[in-house]
Amino acid sequence: MSMLYQSQRAMRAKRQEAMRRGVIAILDIGSHKIACLVLRFDDPEGFRASEGVGAMAGQSNFRVIGAATTRSRGVKFGEIDTMQETERAIRTVVQAAQKMADTRVDHVIASIAGARPRSYGLVGEVSLQTGTVTEDDVARVLAACDVPDLGEGREVLHAQPVNFALDHRTGLSDPRSHIGNNLSVDMHLLSVEQHAVEALLYCIKRCDLELAGLASSPYVAGVSSLVEDEQELGAACVDLGGGTTGISVFIKKHMIFADTVRMGGDHVTSDISQALQIPMGAAERIKTRFGGVVATGMDDREMIELEADTGDWHHDRRRVSRAELIGVMRPRVEEILEEVRARLDAAGFEHLPSQRIVLTGGGSQLPGLDGLASKILGNQVRLGRPLRVQGLPQSACGPAFSACVGLSLFAAYPQDEWWDFEMPADRYPARSLKRAVKWFKDNW
Amino acid sequence: MRPLNATRPDPHDPAPSIWSYRFQRLWLTPFFRRLVRVGVPAFFAIVALGWFVSDEEQVQSMSDSLAEMRREIEGRPEFLVNVMGIEGASPDLAENIRTVLSIDFPVSSFDLNLVEMKQRIEEIPAVLHSELRVQSGGYLSVVVEERVPLLIWQRRDAIVLLDREGEFVADITERGFEEPMPMVAGEGADLAVEEALALFAAAAPISERLQGLVRMGERRWDVVMSDGLRILLPEEDPVRTLDRVLALHDMQDVLDRDVLRIDMRHPERPTLQLTPDAITELHRMRGTAIVNGDQNG
Repeated sequence: MSMLYQSQRAMRAKRQEAMRRGVIAILDIGSHKIACLVLRFDDPEGFRASEGVGAMAGQSNFRVIGAATTRSRGVKFGEIDTMQETERAIRTVVQAAQKMADTRVDHVIASIAGARPRSYGLVGEVSLQTGTVTEDDVARVLAACDVPDLGEGREVLHAQPVNFALDHRTGLSDPRSHIGNNLSVDMHLLSVEQHAVEALLYCIKRCDLELAGLASSPYVAGVSSLVEDEQELGAACVDLGGGTTGISVFIKKHMIFADTVRMGGDHVTSDISQALQIPMGAAERIKTRFGGVVATGMDDREMIELEADTGDWHHDRRRVSRAELIGVMRPRVEEILEEVRARLDAAGFEHLPSQRIVLTGGGSQLPGLDGLASKILGNQVRLGRPLRVQGLPQSACGPAFSACVGLSLFAAYPQDEWWDFEMPADRYPARSLKRAVKWFKDNW
Repeated sequence: MRPLNATRPDPHDPAPSIWSYRFQRLWLTPFFRRLVRVGVPAFFAIVALGWFVSDEEQVQSMSDSLAEMRREIEGRPEFLVNVMGIEGASPDLAENIRTVLSIDFPVSSFDLNLVEMKQRIEEIPAVLHSELRVQSGGYLSVVVEERVPLLIWQRRDAIVLLDREGEFVADITERGFEEPMPMVAGEGADLAVEEALALFAAAAPISERLQGLVRMGERRWDVVMSDGLRILLPEEDPVRTLDRVLALHDMQDVLDRDVLRIDMRHPERPTLQLTPDAITELHRMRGTAIVNGDQNG
């Protein structure tokens, strides 16, 4: 845990340095596309540690000065599969974004779409020494959370304090300066597979970039596509991506659950490719052009030319009706949505006061999806688009870029994490000089 | 499986090579960019200049060719001055000015130093003021204002003409008279020309008898009449004193009498010196003996 604490703090220091320089890149590595945004922070001085709960909760204004997208290569299920290919794709996209921004970026904040995230709810409790909650006590109570066994080869990606309780009062967002005896915290911890993080680190390092932050893709998609009251009252964001479908549940402006379904738009494409026996490229094209999930009588008459290049004249000149295409796509979409329903049920989403579900991601552009989703997920389904961000090109405003925009918001207004607080003294290794200094500071 | 020893990537891959990627990042680095865009050209410029300067022969040939170029431009017909026209000067003075300037036409206007030429022209005594201008068509215009002679000054060595400021205009032998001019004499007469002219103006009623003024001791004037009569004027206010004498003349015809000099040096005490004949006659009329007097008093 200490290793993680150190590495996350190093990442935070890099992010602060990037803020000082004023330029930072956002890298969304998905299974279908890799997108890069270059952000310029206009007022780095506006980023002050004295305001807000944590050191990073300051306000900062940014605008997008460079944006580029490329077809993703070597990524499967949101995890990097072929590093060399992915590295080349990252180079492509970073170079294009840098060229548009006409500046060099050294720091990059990346998101991980897959890597089997697992959510844990943690509880920590300490008794207060002075009666008043200080920042030290917050750090102590965060450190007092007993971390469950994450399993072999897993790493913590997010550890966010969600709720503070002081004696019998709960629901405190900032407990500092309150008076009480017992402080307890609910923390949401998200762990991912370590190899995915390591592969991402390796690829980014190979591109001469420095990783200044790491976020889970479902989380940042929710940050950008849920409006403020949805985040406050409770909602789930379903990010229908290429290789994975991310789920994140928000309440009181905190993520309390995140998960991914390892199915996405690419599976729909491969279903079409298999069923109609056409190449993946052609399948992707007819999926985006003619795809849908609700067949009508009109669709029986609308014929789609199937393109293939096998050389067989009869095979290459087949036609299918749109109803047939919908018939291929719908079971897979239903399967994805049902899996999402199962994950939400497992997380206890039905106990939340609000049952709002927001569909976003590239897959949410499928016509008729909201109707199908409301049958499976419940009535309160809407299609979400990411927040408007200053300077974002029109081509990057669609729902496919909600993770990207969410990452920029994450870069500008970061959530407090466990490692943003100073480690309490008793957590330092014994006989450490730091511990002595800390003791000295506390007692004099 | 993808072949692990594939040397060439997928031909449709738009990815830049690692070196082009690195080079672009380097190029987007502001310091490097400044270095290349300013530093390198500046370095080469300095090196080239140093190499050029180190070889004296090259510098010589360069400056020669520059001078040649300059000469060619100066020698163009557009810049040539062919004619000089002098306005406002008498023929003698114009000839004098031509001699002083001594320009060999045609000459380039770059070679004419008009300021210096103006100085040289104004060094000629007869010139009060001059203006030089190179006009279009290769014409050098010289506009001269001559000094106007107002007085003849008789000196021991020469007789010269003076203008209003008492400046020397010309020797009288060099110039003929257009009209008669009043004459002055004596040391320092050129320093009081203004006063002399005022006296001449005051003496207008007796101008036909007036011979001239003599500056005495560089401080006061004597009026000399053609019959030898002298009016000795004081140092202060000579014009009024002369007016008084003329008034006396109007009343009593004093100037027509046998008087040798009228001494007004002390204005309160005018003194007449009579001619010896007049004195003899006066004594005879008074019946007194006469002592041989000094003719000059």
